[in-house]
Amino acid sequence: MALAAALFVCPHCDFHHPVSGPDRVAQLADEGSWEPVGEQLRPADPLEFFDTRSYVERLAEAQSETGMSEAFLGGLCRMSGRPVALGVMDFRFLGGSMGSVVGERFVLLVAAAADASVPLVVVVSSGGARMQEGILSLMQMAKTVVVLDSLTVVRMPFVSVLTHPTTGGVLASFATLADVVVAEPGALLCFAGPRVIEQTTREKLPEGFGRSEANFANGQLDLVIHRRDLKERLGRVLSLLEGGVRCGVEPARQDQEVVSRGGNPLTQAFARVKKFALVPWGRLRGRDTEDTRES
Amino acid sequence: MPSFPGVGYEEEIRKIQESLEALREREPSDAAWKTVQLARHKDRPQTLDYIKHTFPDFLELHGDRLRGDDPAIVGGMATMDGGTVMVIGHQKGHDLRERQQRNFGMPRPEGYRKAQRLVRLAERFSMPVVTLVDTPGAFPGADAEEGGQAGAIATSLRAFAELTVPTIAVVIGEGGSGGALALALCDRVFMLENAIYSVITPEGCAAILWRDSAEAPQAADALCLTAIDLLRLGVVDSVIPEPRKGAHKSHRATAKVVARQIEAALRELQSIHPLQRQAERRQKFLQMGRFTAV
Repeated sequence: MALAAALFVCPHCDFHHPVSGPDRVAQLADEGSWEPVGEQLRPADPLEFFDTRSYVERLAEAQSETGMSEAFLGGLCRMSGRPVALGVMDFRFLGGSMGSVVGERFVLLVAAAADASVPLVVVVSSGGARMQEGILSLMQMAKTVVVLDSLTVVRMPFVSVLTHPTTGGVLASFATLADVVVAEPGALLCFAGPRVIEQTTREKLPEGFGRSEANFANGQLDLVIHRRDLKERLGRVLSLLEGGVRCGVEPARQDQEVVSRGGNPLTQAFARVKKFALVPWGRLRGRDTEDTRES
Repeated sequence: MPSFPGVGYEEEIRKIQESLEALREREPSDAAWKTVQLARHKDRPQTLDYIKHTFPDFLELHGDRLRGDDPAIVGGMATMDGGTVMVIGHQKGHDLRERQQRNFGMPRPEGYRKAQRLVRLAERFSMPVVTLVDTPGAFPGADAEEGGQAGAIATSLRAFAELTVPTIAVVIGEGGSGGALALALCDRVFMLENAIYSVITPEGCAAILWRDSAEAPQAADALCLTAIDLLRLGVVDSVIPEPRKGAHKSHRATAKVVARQIEAALRELQSIHPLQRQAERRQKFLQMGRFTAV
């Protein structure tokens, strides 16, 4: 209970313990504001996958152990009073792996954010694509990238929070495409895990390889934020981003203004060249010469 | 086996045969594993072989304009059907020397950033994009991680999603996970008969789920990674037949069939309005996945 009050951060060593989906929602969303999105979706078994046990069996076990129906939880809520679309991933559920339901819930959440014109915040934690749904899991990478365009259209910000661990297909799709990418301290964030790298290249990796701090030093992250500051800092990031949306000149209006000030600057430049050039403008354009003379 | 009346061997034999039959039924077919081996065959035609046969005027362009030129991804312009197309593909290499030089077809971030640069160039001059997919996966190395491997794949996916020119991907050998998909978010995705396309290598999957990479043949069967499986799952649009006994038996014949398929698809795609084409591509990938609802 004491650990929960400390947001699952060790009071002695500052270690950020993994946080379950529901706990993460409780930490970030204002009490009583949560309206789930895509909750009705349930995983199927398209490949009838069987390794040493069946996928159906593994799913049932994950569901009963976590009390969740899938590894992604999405909803509309308020964060310190500000309306947002919030998504959280739960590593306990089959390693937070992205199968069809995770992809579809993400898509529905993006659609809800665009529809309600609220920013999107996703707290990521995932081992990558879900092997048991085979190629369809890989396609969720494409799907989650494609849908992000609908946020660009309505100019709503997307902030991702990378937590321990985030690897593989999730990191290589929507998670790193956020407008602002932040991470919790000490999180392992990499495309291939350290064990795979050591096995493939036989190189010994340095201490702290692939952790948030190393990624930050390599320029892959905007901010590393301690969990106790996360809610407040996310609020600051969002209000600055939204301030840009409110104050900025609409791209379309920008063009109009240029036109009203006396036309496209490029056209003006061409007109000057035309006036002073020794060679008549039309001859430079070859076959258009006749037309130019007529005009 | 001789039988002696009264000893009852027949009964024993029948029982053994029955349990053998049962075992055989439970054992997965090794067809998928055979396909994996064909897809990885060292003599199988690779991107540069297709280019040699199909695009004689190919002009390779180099570099990501940031820090390097990745030999695991080859890209450049060529003429097809009277117009210029941008051709981009993974190149594994045939002999050991070329394989080492090309890092076995495993790209680093520089490779994915070169691809993005080239598709943007293609967009600017309305060139269709043709990609040839053949990689075990993105390179799992410390330098690749430090260079932002995950981010490079993600931005490549976005670059392909944003294109309005026609885009065609052909999985010619090994479609290895995100490292393959980064070049395959296309209007049409085709696959050669003996190519594979998978979320993880069978060895990697076996190491995690069976805790023994020697179970790779079983994993290959479970992963549904053959061309026919992918056609059934709606991930590829059609399967391109190979010469008898496989593409490695005749590079020229294989390249010819692939070229014909690309040309036909190009003509079909060019009849669609660019924005319509882009919208249809997005819609196609948005619909991928299988789930239920309560």
